[in-house]
Amino acid sequence: MSVSTDVNPEGPQAQTAVVNDFVITFCTINGSGSATANSTLMRAIFKMGVPVSGKNIFPSNIQGLPTWYSIRVNKEGFLGRKEHDQIIVAMNPATFGKDLEFLDPGGVVFYSDDIKQPTMREDLVYYAMPVKKLIRNAEVPPTLRDFIANMVYVGVVAQLLNISLQAIYDALNFHFKGKKTPVESNFNVIKAAYEWAAENLEKKDPFRVEPMTATDGYILADGNVAGALGSIYGGVQFFAWYPITPASSLAESLIEYLPQLRTNAETGKQNYVVVQAEDELAAIGMAVGGGFAGMRSMTSTSGPGLSLMAEYLGLAYFSEVPVVVWDVQRVGPSTGLPTRTAQGDMTEVYFMSHGDTNFVMLFPGSINECFEMGWKALDLAERLQMPVVVLSDLDLGMNQWMTPKFRYPDRPMDRGKILWEDTFDKFLSEHDGKWGRYLDVDGDGIPYRTVPGNRHPRASYFARGTGHDEFARYDEDKHVWERVFDRVGQKYQTAKQYVPDAAVSIQEGAKFGILAVGSTDQSIQEARHILEAQGIHSDYLRVRAIPFTQTVEDFLSTHETVYVIEVNRDGQLKQLLSLTFPELAGRLRKMTKMDGLSLSAEWIVNELTSQEDKKL
Amino acid sequence: MTEAPGSTGQTNLAGLTRNDYRGAPSTLCQGCGHNAISSQIVAAMYELSVLPEEVLKFSGIGCSSKSPTYFLGRSFGFNGLHGRMPSLALGALFADVSMHAIGVSGDGDTASIGIGQFKHLVRRNLPMVYIVENNGVYGLTKGQFSATAEKGLSLKKEGTNLYDPVDICMEAMVANATFIGRSFAGDPKQVKELIKAAFSHRGIAVLDIISPCVTFNNKDDTVHSYVFGKEHEVRLHDLIFTPARDTLTIEDYEPGTAKDVELYDGSTITLRKLEKDYDPTNRVEAWRVLEESKEKRELVTGLIYVDTKSRSMLDYYKLPEKALNRMTEAELRPGVETIDRINELMF
Repeated sequence: MSVSTDVNPEGPQAQTAVVNDFVITFCTINGSGSATANSTLMRAIFKMGVPVSGKNIFPSNIQGLPTWYSIRVNKEGFLGRKEHDQIIVAMNPATFGKDLEFLDPGGVVFYSDDIKQPTMREDLVYYAMPVKKLIRNAEVPPTLRDFIANMVYVGVVAQLLNISLQAIYDALNFHFKGKKTPVESNFNVIKAAYEWAAENLEKKDPFRVEPMTATDGYILADGNVAGALGSIYGGVQFFAWYPITPASSLAESLIEYLPQLRTNAETGKQNYVVVQAEDELAAIGMAVGGGFAGMRSMTSTSGPGLSLMAEYLGLAYFSEVPVVVWDVQRVGPSTGLPTRTAQGDMTEVYFMSHGDTNFVMLFPGSINECFEMGWKALDLAERLQMPVVVLSDLDLGMNQWMTPKFRYPDRPMDRGKILWEDTFDKFLSEHDGKWGRYLDVDGDGIPYRTVPGNRHPRASYFARGTGHDEFARYDEDKHVWERVFDRVGQKYQTAKQYVPDAAVSIQEGAKFGILAVGSTDQSIQEARHILEAQGIHSDYLRVRAIPFTQTVEDFLSTHETVYVIEVNRDGQLKQLLSLTFPELAGRLRKMTKMDGLSLSAEWIVNELTSQEDKKL
Repeated sequence: MTEAPGSTGQTNLAGLTRNDYRGAPSTLCQGCGHNAISSQIVAAMYELSVLPEEVLKFSGIGCSSKSPTYFLGRSFGFNGLHGRMPSLALGALFADVSMHAIGVSGDGDTASIGIGQFKHLVRRNLPMVYIVENNGVYGLTKGQFSATAEKGLSLKKEGTNLYDPVDICMEAMVANATFIGRSFAGDPKQVKELIKAAFSHRGIAVLDIISPCVTFNNKDDTVHSYVFGKEHEVRLHDLIFTPARDTLTIEDYEPGTAKDVELYDGSTITLRKLEKDYDPTNRVEAWRVLEESKEKRELVTGLIYVDTKSRSMLDYYKLPEKALNRMTEAELRPGVETIDRINELMF
């Protein structure tokens, strides 16, 4: 096929260059090794100092189904999902026709020249790539050919978009951890394709990457790695887990980084334990056992696993065991869409387990907050002696985001109220010789705990889910039950002073408020920026924890209309706000979308505009 | 109940009296087999001179699982969820690996809802004594069939049991348990010696103890009753446990009449031959006696199987001397200098 420059005469002609502002989507088949190619291009752009993010839309399958990877390049640093693409790389014949629909008019199509063309849109620029031919000519072992085929588009795209070959080399070197053979074999293919494109393709589109310095001080990372690292800096000691998408890579990151960060250099001894459990019922049981016994204890899962953990979390709540659960949310109910994102577990966690329970919930809204809440969650759990659930999601957890470098914890660890032999004696002398595991002496609802291994002959107690008195003795007396249970409830009020406060952003003359949690932050910020340019100003509060803090109540009190934006069907955050602040519930407007994708700024702008219009 | 030499009031090598090993008064039924087992745990711990502060107690849900309150009142304990004591114990034991653990479960708790966690605990060889107080019936919910109930058993409100029972010892064998004993609450001396040996084993020690439910399942002709146990118990051997410090006092038996098994902590269990030879280190023999006792409807008791060579779960981790739960911020939080390196590892 010699139609490598077959531009429709009616189509777009050379226009003003569009620099560092486009979305390119790679349409491939999963299991074909495209992840390496895509991340190489993204890292190369990042290396050039240009803000970039990557989103993987993948099937629940290992090999053979369509998968899409979108890289957004944006000089202003807005990196949320976009509704349309400017460029696609079409490698999957099965989806070619559909893939073209992603493109804005004037968009660009790089496609493998073995794709037999159905009708093509005439408002696009096409570049055909002779993938098979270039691979045949490359010096690559035959067994690797399929995997390296994707490197052809890396070279062609790099040439046409002006992405530096040196930056690509650096990205490959990073990916293959400096291993010369794979770096060189991949780079040779990229270079050959790059040179082929330079000689054979005529640039017909306006999109370009130009170096910037906007990534200084930033890294590329995903939320699961960040959460794992944050937990390590939080001193996580015991971690039990069971594989589940999209949470598995959090566990695997702990397995990767714990040995290097938490092994004693002199003795070679480890001060952590990771156990892959037989199921989530056991994973949470192990984590609760570890927390009861005084280790910083944690597990990670997603919605289905969390359902299985509910009963043990109820026991942990009532027996007052510190434990941290990461819930990397995906689309439910049931198996749902395991590889797509959602914020649909909020009411599940809020109401989890039988009887009256309260769990502290944390909502990281960025990669850096995943790191930060990694260590803060462990502090909170021990301070409050209760389970803490961190609600991340697939978009944060598994996608690569540009984020400021991880910051070392800015405060010492909070081990909460724990007594060892010496402090136990001191406690007794200060409290008339009296200690009870469930006796509140400070008035904040939080008693002093002891843990197994404490050899003081009076330090032990028997933990249980049945009724017990302040001294942990079995008791079914109605007064004892009420007294103890109300005191446990009091801790939830105490929690408000310890949890991360909401983040508030004010615009002068705001017409309405926006309220959200978690990963929607980027797109909401962008939407507000777009609206601001149109003269529509808004205030924005991002909840970072439940129980809701005073800041949330103040925000609701001072805004007549508050749009609650979230990625689920029923408006779960709005439901929880309405329950907590019934007198303010009338101010809340539901704004939800649940199609497995993260929200885009365009959708938010459209929704806000049309809902505001309805008010007039 | 058998009182060991040195009864109430006397102190053991740890300087403690028998009273220091007791718990709260039992609230189980008069005559419940579980109470007899609790007493033997107290006796065994006293005679072993164990510090109660160095023992952790666990249980699930059911009558049996209430019993850890009734022994070792100075030990920490956790009454977990139904069938999920194994995971709880596993997590807790890593906090301080110098501790010992005793778990008490029942046939409902282990063989029904808890069979999965039980098997996984066994395959991991977590060092703990895992006692199943086996009475073939759910007591706390008032008399339903358990998974160990004999086929054909009739209960007041339940009709007749249609299914073959789960055999705890066989399940333990399949999962490669490293210590398996079966006993009978009506044979307190053997229960006590088995508990002592189990406590000295480095690995999972499963004790399936037939413990009659006097309220719901104690008819004379049923396998979980006192009368049946008394009439059909077949001891594989007489067990004599000798702690490490006393090994010089091990009696000499006539050649061929006894077998010694040295346990992890240097203590010894001497198995005195009864009618036939029995070698509990032989897996095939273990299967044979379990199968034969089933066929003959006998209650075979004793040390069914022991493997003192396998590593315990804790031995697979390079843990420091200092207990993990005593680690401080200085030990747990990587130094500030590491954060730059970590950031470089990203991109």
